[in-house]
Amino acid sequence: MKTAPSFLNRRDMLALAVVAALLLIVFPALLDGFRLNLVGKYLTYAFVAVGLVLCWGYGGILSLGQGVFFALGGYGMAMYLKLEASSVENTKIQSTPGIPDFMDWNQITELPYFWQPFHSLPLTILLIILVPAFFAFVIGSAMFKRRVSGVYFAIITQAIAAIATILIIGQQGYTGGVNGITDLRTLHGWDIRTDSAKFILYFVNVVLLLSVVGLALFVRASKLGRILVAMREKEDRVRFSGYSVANFQIFVFCLAGVFAALGGAMFTLQVGFMSPSLVGIVPSIEMVIFTAVGGRMSLFGAIYGTLAVNFAKTSLSESFPELWLLGLGGLFIAVVLAFPNGLAGIWNDYVQPPIDRALKLRPKHQGDDVAKQAASTAPAE
Amino acid sequence: MTTIGTPPKDYLLAVEALTVSFDGFKAVNDLSFYVDENEIRVIIGPNGAGKTTVLDLICGKTKATAGSIRFRGAELTKMSESQIVLSGVGRKFQTPSIYDDLTIFENLEISYPKGRSVWGALTFKRDQAVRDRVEEVSEIIFLKDKLHERAAFLSHGQKQWLEIGMLLIQDPELLMLDEPVAGMSVSERIKTAELLNTIIKNRSVLVIEHDMKFVEDIAHKVTVLHQGKILSEGSMQKVKTDPKVVEVYLGH
Amino acid sequence: MLGDYSLGDLGAIFAMQGFAGLILFSVYVLMALGLAIIFGQMGVINMAHGEFMILGAYVTYFCSEFFQAQLPSLFPAYFFVAMALAFVASGALGMLVEWTLIKRLYKRPLDTLLATWGLSLILQQTYRSVFGPREVGVVLPDWLLGSLPVTDVIEVPINGVFVMCLTTLITVTVALLMYKSRWGQQVRAVVQNRVMAGAVGIDTEKVDRLTFGLGCGIAGVAGSAFTMIGSTGPTSGQLYIVDTFLIVVFGGATSLLGTIASAFSISQTQSTLEFFLSGSMAKVITLLTVVAILMLRPQGLFTLKVRR
Repeated sequence: MKTAPSFLNRRDMLALAVVAALLLIVFPALLDGFRLNLVGKYLTYAFVAVGLVLCWGYGGILSLGQGVFFALGGYGMAMYLKLEASSVENTKIQSTPGIPDFMDWNQITELPYFWQPFHSLPLTILLIILVPAFFAFVIGSAMFKRRVSGVYFAIITQAIAAIATILIIGQQGYTGGVNGITDLRTLHGWDIRTDSAKFILYFVNVVLLLSVVGLALFVRASKLGRILVAMREKEDRVRFSGYSVANFQIFVFCLAGVFAALGGAMFTLQVGFMSPSLVGIVPSIEMVIFTAVGGRMSLFGAIYGTLAVNFAKTSLSESFPELWLLGLGGLFIAVVLAFPNGLAGIWNDYVQPPIDRALKLRPKHQGDDVAKQAASTAPAE
Repeated sequence: MTTIGTPPKDYLLAVEALTVSFDGFKAVNDLSFYVDENEIRVIIGPNGAGKTTVLDLICGKTKATAGSIRFRGAELTKMSESQIVLSGVGRKFQTPSIYDDLTIFENLEISYPKGRSVWGALTFKRDQAVRDRVEEVSEIIFLKDKLHERAAFLSHGQKQWLEIGMLLIQDPELLMLDEPVAGMSVSERIKTAELLNTIIKNRSVLVIEHDMKFVEDIAHKVTVLHQGKILSEGSMQKVKTDPKVVEVYLGH
Repeated sequence: MLGDYSLGDLGAIFAMQGFAGLILFSVYVLMALGLAIIFGQMGVINMAHGEFMILGAYVTYFCSEFFQAQLPSLFPAYFFVAMALAFVASGALGMLVEWTLIKRLYKRPLDTLLATWGLSLILQQTYRSVFGPREVGVVLPDWLLGSLPVTDVIEVPINGVFVMCLTTLITVTVALLMYKSRWGQQVRAVVQNRVMAGAVGIDTEKVDRLTFGLGCGIAGVAGSAFTMIGSTGPTSGQLYIVDTFLIVVFGGATSLLGTIASAFSISQTQSTLEFFLSGSMAKVITLLTVVAILMLRPQGLFTLKVRR
């Protein structure tokens, strides 16, 4: 307790420990390589869901275009990997050796300028963070400074997701079109297709995800986290208490965008391709449902919600594909009508109280601790 | 009773030729008035006279069509809402505007005048000074024993007090209150009057109120608005006997 | 791209593409009209609007099949029957949905968005199970085919003119209904103050149900018109939902005239650009322009400045 960072209360630390144990020990011990890789893929969506908890659950900003940010990260990583896979030696049968195969098929003879920076790994990592942040900043500034929020923002971000998909599919020569960027092989010389690489990447992914959750916990526990809640409730009161509401909205939207992009980059590394099927309206709104199922105010719920929905999707759509769509549709309706706080709400209402009673897990009766406790649990009630 | 030690011409707030129209309807029409340092000014008038709109204009919620609002010589009509707040203007809304999902402590803390930028909010530390100030204010607004309860559980009157407390912690030079005792019980009204008398020290206050008894108790000067224009202005005694005022407002 | 054409050619191209875009325009107007009523009057975001449209398209398809097989002599007139049935079917489904789902979600617009998205998935799957995954197309009666020559180079498609006339008729009817009838007055009363409207004896639940039903019914008619420009499949509706929402927002959400103007400018821009560029780039440029304008002027093209 004494050594822990001050933004974590006991309940958060316990939750973090449980999820870390589950992802770092239980899953790797119980699952075979194929299944573990599958979990790794799901967890890349959890990056998006964690961002949405801050942005939508706390800030009240529903973005239906998070797939775009996922893609910005995913394509950034894929472009680097593709360039490495398209060395002159590997592509000597092409009419222009040294460029990605799909460019060659589309009669492009020179690498486009916006592909150039992706020759360098450090630059690629930098761009995976900066490009989505910049993009979110531009959209956010344009919208929030003009007081656009709520459903208008949701619709416009959805339109942006639609535009991005059409653009990626339409510009085959530059993006790989509908197939996306495929046949990725090595990361800085390290073959990512082997079982051992996939195993290592799973752990890299989990650690990165836990760091993102940690960062989100820090943001939530800071005064900024409370301002987000305040803004969602009484935007004008916050504004007339001397805060520039738009700046806070822009910040949290950028943060969610960067989280999504990190997830996208990890997706490419683990799955070995990136395609427009993860960009558009449908995947973007599905990422919202992951968050809603976990509980829109719960950072840990975002991880469990993502895993639960995706496990259900995989098992149902394998055996009863027609049932899956009905189930997913029903899920959207159920989390809105019956379980607005998702899994976290069910946990807080039915599971946590008996555990608390059993463990007598009560905070010391001191102003600061109580206040912190209230901050972390109250909104989820 | 008004300014001490400052020349009389040096007004804290100078509103001149202020006009705002909504699709041709002039809610506020060529309005001018001045508020001195440490003055308590009450605006009264029938419904739809433009009282709340005047406060909206001063705090930047509504943009003026024409005219100027100067606060300590700075032009407010050109500033954003948060700049206006930072220059020293505080505003309480008509219906209690507080954050239900946060505790009383957190409600007050958000109004504490520090860490208002994004970075400032991220690195804001709840130090002893903050804690002391929040406790001090919570005592003034009768909510000290409820500091760590969620604000949603407060009564209507307590919510009004909480919002007044939020303004108090913000420490504005000009405090604007929109019907602070509306919807309160008699005992709450008495406590609120007491509360207002404590917090108006060392600052100027602009109040909208309907309760004449309350107005008489606190006002230094009264401005009567009617259809977006000033009908009468002066001491309560003068305004009360003005036949125009009696006809449109006090008569009913 | 414009340099290769003479001014006269360009005029003809714009006119031809303009007339060719008539049906798209009509589909947009009818879809947006329904959405605007539901969003503007009730504050509900109906993401399943495309599926209500597709229901109308399926109804039209089955009518065409039925008349061809059973009543070939009346086949030329089937389209009128189909449109009426499409309106009734989509409207009835809309009222059912309002009663079971939407009723519980007033004042929570973001939640209506998610719930109706779920509904759209369920409807899509239902269509797939009931009508099959295959896309179907309708057979049009002869009199709707062909085109009217206006000048040597400009020809106007007859079905476009026909749909255009029907759209005008429906729009005028809706406008009269909303602004002149007693029912429209009640709808507006409920919008402005639900509690007060209920207190003066308006059955607010019934008004809500009928309003939602009307919006969905018009979407059904849009589906009838849609069968002339595209084939009908379980997911065809989803492609239109984003465009239609942009039209509603672009037009200013509560303004009927704005909705029409915005549907016109968007469908015409897209249809004209399609002549010069690939279909996908035409769409990207159109949507990007709309989004860019909305970022600069978020209140849309037509809105009143109101006292907050």
